[in-house]
Amino acid sequence: MTAYLITSVSVVGAAPTDLLIRDGVVAEVGPGLSAPDATVIDGTGLVALPGLVDLHTHLREPGREDAETVESGSRAAALGGYTAVCAMANTSPVADTAGVVEQVWRLGREAALVDVQPIGAVTVGLAGERLAELGAMADSAARVRIFSDDGHCVADPKLMRRALEYVKAFDGIIAQHAEEPRLTEGAQMHEGEVSTRLGLIGWPAVAEEAIIARDVLLAEHVGSRLHVCHVSTAGSVEVLRHAKARGVRVTAEVTPHHLLLTDERAETYDPVFKVNPPLRTAADITALRAALADGVIDVIATDHAPHAVEDKECEWAYARPGMLGLETALSIALDVLGPEWDLIAERMSRAPARIAGLPGHGVDPAPGVPANLTLIDPAARRTIEPAELASRSRNTPYARMTLPGRIVATFLRGEPTVLDGKAVK
Amino acid sequence: MIRHLLSGADLDADTATEILDTAAEMATVAGREIKKLPALRGRTVVNLFYEDSTRTRISFEAAAKRLSADVINFSAKGSSVTKGESLKDTALTLQAMGADAVVVRHPASGAPHRLANWVDGSVVNAGDGTHEHPTQALLDAYTMRARLGRLAGLSVAVVGDVLHSRVARSNVLLLSTLGAKVTLVGPPTLIPVDITAALAPGTDVSYDLDSVLPNADVVMMLRVQRERMNDSYFPSAREYARRYGLDGPRMRRLPEHAIVMHPGPMNRGMEITPEVADSPRSTIVEQVTNGVSVRMAVLYLLLGGNNR
Repeated sequence: MTAYLITSVSVVGAAPTDLLIRDGVVAEVGPGLSAPDATVIDGTGLVALPGLVDLHTHLREPGREDAETVESGSRAAALGGYTAVCAMANTSPVADTAGVVEQVWRLGREAALVDVQPIGAVTVGLAGERLAELGAMADSAARVRIFSDDGHCVADPKLMRRALEYVKAFDGIIAQHAEEPRLTEGAQMHEGEVSTRLGLIGWPAVAEEAIIARDVLLAEHVGSRLHVCHVSTAGSVEVLRHAKARGVRVTAEVTPHHLLLTDERAETYDPVFKVNPPLRTAADITALRAALADGVIDVIATDHAPHAVEDKECEWAYARPGMLGLETALSIALDVLGPEWDLIAERMSRAPARIAGLPGHGVDPAPGVPANLTLIDPAARRTIEPAELASRSRNTPYARMTLPGRIVATFLRGEPTVLDGKAVK
Repeated sequence: MIRHLLSGADLDADTATEILDTAAEMATVAGREIKKLPALRGRTVVNLFYEDSTRTRISFEAAAKRLSADVINFSAKGSSVTKGESLKDTALTLQAMGADAVVVRHPASGAPHRLANWVDGSVVNAGDGTHEHPTQALLDAYTMRARLGRLAGLSVAVVGDVLHSRVARSNVLLLSTLGAKVTLVGPPTLIPVDITAALAPGTDVSYDLDSVLPNADVVMMLRVQRERMNDSYFPSAREYARRYGLDGPRMRRLPEHAIVMHPGPMNRGMEITPEVADSPRSTIVEQVTNGVSVRMAVLYLLLGGNNR
């Protein structure tokens, strides 16, 4: 195993120092290290963060390998600075059995670019009718702890209560896609001034907020862990703030796109901006950024959602919702939060690793910890070209935007997955 | 002149007025024995209809033919996702055939905007989903101007299912541009959120038809589908008709000169009674006639007929 000596690198924003990686772990940290056998990486001007962890990734395999595979998504993740991703269950077949989650887990191991942690479906076939075999998925080789019907809301309150209760047996967590389906029938974008002007059916903020309010009360009632996926409204932030103040065991994530883009993007009717939950207003963005800073929102998660060209190059109403995120998330975080490295490490690595229960991830580089880390050049700026992305899909909303920051290298258990900004395999 | 006509917002006051003035000239053709001008000879106009709309399609067809254009009717029912060719592939096909203008009716809001990215010719929105129908707004404005002599300063009440109405959106945009004052009237469930901010700041909203009528120069009744009551927009067709339908007694609350419009097709007995629809105040049949003149003007101007 090759050793790597990273010189003059700022660890999570601290004064520059040297980092020696050997045998899969961070062997030494300190100024003036020497290791004649090690490959030297000049870390001058770079920032080392614990490898990023994504709580919300769609890898599309099995079922839509034309849009993404576990391998291509893993490569996109590594290039984005990630060392672990949680793969959502809405594949085809749905990841609602031990067999499917083990398949995804095994494909992740084979790709060996990031740790792929499968998420299991809450209900059979995401149909919202009866519980999937949550315990079998928990006991499988994939060791599933997060369960989600993402893409669909577990709308039935009794089923949601039971799911929250049941997963207590193995310290599981239910990650809810909060969307009251009766309030979003046919919905195409955020309900407001722009949807009225564009004649597109609105997705009202209350459809998200009502479910979050219900779920935090259910979680409190049964004493379970709830995670709220892709929070998108100012009202949701207030509900979460209230619940956290009451001591409810709830965590929440926000996507990069909900921190940056507004519903006005829909005005071209280009479905690259169609996503669920939809892009909201500037006032929502302000509230989400504040919640991210003060901790009401715990995590930035990408909701990386690759889609084939034909599913986006069409009428808005017929397009599938979702956008790419893995290769741009860190840049958006840097753009939105500035060089707040400790906050970025917390929201993009430590907190998601804690929520997902991924040992060895989300730990700042220090002697003895697994060498899962990424090196960022914060001074670099890059223009996003869809054709240059590692994802199999091209549906990035940031095409031709110039964003700050570039991932220079990523290490997974001491092995580089990205060097000089390029994937090693 | 603009290249495409996708929205009422594409038209400034000068352009809209030019279209209405040109339509008035076109109307004189309809009175001739030979109703035909050579203006668009050798040009190809495609009517691309993803929804049944016989009246709009034949109106555009008549308009294009009276200008001597070659007309291709392309009926493509069914969504692009579930069956058949995608909108983009259809666009590329029309492009390859050399369509100078594509008149598109589509159930998805914004489909004409997408199409405009993929063809070189002019795209005319002939109604997209619940978004807009700009030539309807032009023919409505033309009809108002013909009957009442002006548009600036008119009070226009647009009554009914504004939420799902492409006619209402285009009318609000165009009439505001031309200086008329629009009041949208309907049950709160059928008035879209933030409509005033979304479309035109001077627009009013009222839930009370009777209070609006005495000051209206124009009442435009929108088609209301009975099925909306199954989705709880209103309790019953009967209650809707009672609160928002235009019947004889209500019509008599209008000023003497006021006119009653309807884009068709009507639900007689629902939003409008036969007594009103067939009254001298009604412009419903004129609207159809004017539709051809206005669409002639739009095609003529978009295809540069005035530059020849």
